[in-house]
Amino acid sequence: MIKEYKTIREIASPLMVVEHVEGVTYDELGEIELPNGELRRCKVLEVEGDRAVVQLFESAQGINLAESRVRFLGHPQELAVSEDMLGRVFNGMGQPIDGGPAILADAHMDINGLPMNPAARAYPAEFIQTGVSTIDGLNTLVRGQKLPIFSGSGLPHAALAAQIARQARVLGDNETFAVVFAAIGITFEESEYFINDFRRTGAIDRTVVFSNLANDPAVERIATPRMALTAAEYLAFEKDMQVLVILTDITNYAEALREVSAAKKEVPGRRGYPGYLYTDLATMYERAGRRQGKKGSITMIPILTMPEDDKTHPIPDLTGYITEGQIILSRELHRKGIVPPVDVLPSLSRLKDKGIGAGKTREDHSGTMNQLFAAYSRGKDAKELMTILGEAALSEDDKLFAKFAEEFEKRYVSQGNNTNRSIQETLDIGWELLSILPQRELKRIKPEFIEKYMPKK
Amino acid sequence: MSGTITKVSGPLVVAEGLADANVSDVVRVGSQRLIGEILNMTGDRASIQVYEETSGLGPGATVETTGMPMSVELGPGMLDNIYDGIQRPLPEMRALSGDSITRGANVPALNREKKWDFVPVAKPGDKVAAGDVLGTVQETSAILHKIMVPRGVSGEVLSVESGEHVVTDIVAVVRDGKGVEHKLSMMQRWPVRIARPYTRKYVPSRPMNSGQRIIDTMFPIAKGGTAAVPGPFGSGKTVVQHQLAKWSDVDIVIYIGCGERGNEMTDVLMEFPELKDPRNGEPLMKRTVLIANTSDMPVAAREASIYTGITIAEYFRDMGYDVAVLADSTSRWAEALREMSGRLEEMPGEEGYPAYLASRLAQFYERAGVVECLGSDDRQGSVTAIGAVSPPGGDISEPVSQATMRIVKVFWALDSSLAYARHFPAINWLTSYSLYIDTLRSWYTEQFGETYMLNREKAMHILQEESELQEIVRLVGQDALSPADRLTMETAKMIREDFLQQNAFVDEDAYSSYPKQFRLLDLILHFDSLCRDALGKGADMNGLFAISAREKIGRAKMADAQSFQADYDAIDALMKKEIEEVTAGGEDE
Repeated sequence: MIKEYKTIREIASPLMVVEHVEGVTYDELGEIELPNGELRRCKVLEVEGDRAVVQLFESAQGINLAESRVRFLGHPQELAVSEDMLGRVFNGMGQPIDGGPAILADAHMDINGLPMNPAARAYPAEFIQTGVSTIDGLNTLVRGQKLPIFSGSGLPHAALAAQIARQARVLGDNETFAVVFAAIGITFEESEYFINDFRRTGAIDRTVVFSNLANDPAVERIATPRMALTAAEYLAFEKDMQVLVILTDITNYAEALREVSAAKKEVPGRRGYPGYLYTDLATMYERAGRRQGKKGSITMIPILTMPEDDKTHPIPDLTGYITEGQIILSRELHRKGIVPPVDVLPSLSRLKDKGIGAGKTREDHSGTMNQLFAAYSRGKDAKELMTILGEAALSEDDKLFAKFAEEFEKRYVSQGNNTNRSIQETLDIGWELLSILPQRELKRIKPEFIEKYMPKK
Repeated sequence: MSGTITKVSGPLVVAEGLADANVSDVVRVGSQRLIGEILNMTGDRASIQVYEETSGLGPGATVETTGMPMSVELGPGMLDNIYDGIQRPLPEMRALSGDSITRGANVPALNREKKWDFVPVAKPGDKVAAGDVLGTVQETSAILHKIMVPRGVSGEVLSVESGEHVVTDIVAVVRDGKGVEHKLSMMQRWPVRIARPYTRKYVPSRPMNSGQRIIDTMFPIAKGGTAAVPGPFGSGKTVVQHQLAKWSDVDIVIYIGCGERGNEMTDVLMEFPELKDPRNGEPLMKRTVLIANTSDMPVAAREASIYTGITIAEYFRDMGYDVAVLADSTSRWAEALREMSGRLEEMPGEEGYPAYLASRLAQFYERAGVVECLGSDDRQGSVTAIGAVSPPGGDISEPVSQATMRIVKVFWALDSSLAYARHFPAINWLTSYSLYIDTLRSWYTEQFGETYMLNREKAMHILQEESELQEIVRLVGQDALSPADRLTMETAKMIREDFLQQNAFVDEDAYSSYPKQFRLLDLILHFDSLCRDALGKGADMNGLFAISAREKIGRAKMADAQSFQADYDAIDALMKKEIEEVTAGGEDE
């Protein structure tokens, strides 16, 4: 028997205090019925004696202390899942908004999920070819990885993410593929860009969209990525699909979290974000992965815009500590017209080592990758020196490295958003670039590979 | 003894009616019997930190105290195992509840059914005291587990049982001075927040060999010492920790994944059974205990995980073993502390961390050390504690880094600019330090002669000079340098690239023995001194820098671990010959 309370004592959006409650538990989902019959949802944040502090998911507008009723539903927030979700569009709370019928639920899943037992994880080691050289060659993505894109306002992260979603495939593999896309506080235009791209390539039929746009309630954003991940978990681990999850934009999510934290008058951590931001982000990001004995996988590409392009801002910083690497976009390269403007030096894929090499990509991959990084880093230093002191101040070797860096950006990085390069092409371009350098400097590559792969002049 | 919940706020639960409970008691909360620990008491109200997700818990639910503080079970069965932060075995949790960690799972830490072959050491009639060895169990092929008399028990052995037993079976009976008979099993309990006792503590004097050149030669750590590895994300903290876990010449490794990535723990789980200890050829997993409380697992258990880890380490130390504790990362532990402190509405210190952050960190690191263990056979054991620190934005002026630096003796500072250039391990040679250099000098001299430490100082000096010369080059260009300074720059580059860089993912290079490290650095410094002589004789600088032996030095770290001496001799001879040729050519002109 569900009780109704008319005892709302206080509303300070997004928080509300209800008194004289009985049997209410932490994290329970609640419904508020407005005098006009409208329903809004909320969840319990704290309960002390007969007093419950609840968080509204929607705006507080129109809630009336005397007339509104509150019901607690006895379970945490859930998502109705089914395979029919593919091809559908939902709002940030998981309700269909594409005019289609409601989902006939196969199961109701708690959107908070459960932590995965580390002993049950399977290590991600299957190479995903994205067709983007800077990713495949240098920051290799593997199945079950979480690899965020660190971007800035005005940088083309959406184009890169759409390119990855369009081109990504596992070599020699025909498994069912699905995309779960969560728009978290982004604009209508940005969201449409993705959806149109999915539509153009026909991927829309294999896509589940959760959409919380910039003008939707901010607190609802806290649930949106969890809705998306719950759907992804269902598709990957119950229906054996290879799921790619794109979450954009995590910065909006963290700001919503800060808003609620400030309303709760919690002691703030860095820059006003709550002290538990790391843990909170981790409970989302860690839902990516593979499980032993399960065919499916969740590969995650969260996108975040770094405020002021600052990588040490808490959102990119904490994300970087949880995710398995990051792809960083550079404003400087973007201005130079390099597409996609991936800044390879600070970019990283932590899981690349198990996903590359003989039998996966090619035997020379690891050595050339390290050599390209080291050479580009030295070339950039040389170029910097050149701008201060002039070309004459460089040694012969450094001149070659400077030339290498220039060519590397032009040919390797700048491939455009519509070129789909195979891993062989990527590696071969790498070798062509390395042939600019004196052979004695190629210390990171085994001599037999230099013999075998170096283009003969 | 049970009470009733009055408040639930995340992992913090307040219950009343617990007047008889003790602070730090473990309690069972609600109908799911979640595990928690009492933090504070006010009258009969207890503030409880719950180690599991509290969703679905509300006022009115019962709380039961177990009357015991947070403890671990110590005995055979811990090695080759993986636990969560409160010592629940994860493989068994998986068997019980599937791929996800469900709540209230109650699995004993030590397998109650597995039989161990107990071989008695003590005989009936022996007088024993706490710490004395009653018998042994061959726990894994690598480790002999010693069953010791627990604290508080001493007297005469009445009986000992040999043969196959489970951990809870009585294997010995000891009668103390008052005539009380103590029935002892192979298992004992110990509260995690209390350090295990020992007879006396020594100053560390032996190095821990890690096979990592920048560590062993440049910034060594002593067995029983403490070290911190701070660095921004992507600088390779975890790889450094993994390398230490793999190659350190200790008997036991306790690896604590504290609030870190799940896949990293899986990596260790899959890789360690395959890897062989370079010293005895046994799989590394046979000497390893993993504690995995990943970032998505409950935050309160993360706080407990480092205590669970170090208590297990102390237990193995008490058997006379050298143990290394690797905690990755202590910053996540500190954040867990901050989160609980915030929920308790304590007055925050710096950046919201509780004021007791520094003292808690110090208490953890101080549990490391070389000790003479309890027991009558004067055995010695050590615990070496190495903690990763994850400073926000890589800025070590933040409280956790600063509090850590005040305690630890070795500081391996990871540098993101080195990592971007793929210089790994990205340990910065200018900002790192080891305060054990002086105490370990005599050990190095005894083993390898005086040259080892002299070479180290020479190399450090060259690197220091390089950083000053780089300033000049940045202002006026390389041409302004004298040939001698150019040589310093070249040698420094060789030290950096050919010696300090070490690839953890290439078998030949992942582990480097002391003799190999010594010879390699010696080779580079020999190049330096030969060239310096040759320059004095008017040899052509560019000619010297272009000799073919240099490329060979560049690849010398890949030399085979068995036969490298001959290779290095050959390179050395070639180098001498080539430099002589260049010098002779210079004189001819």
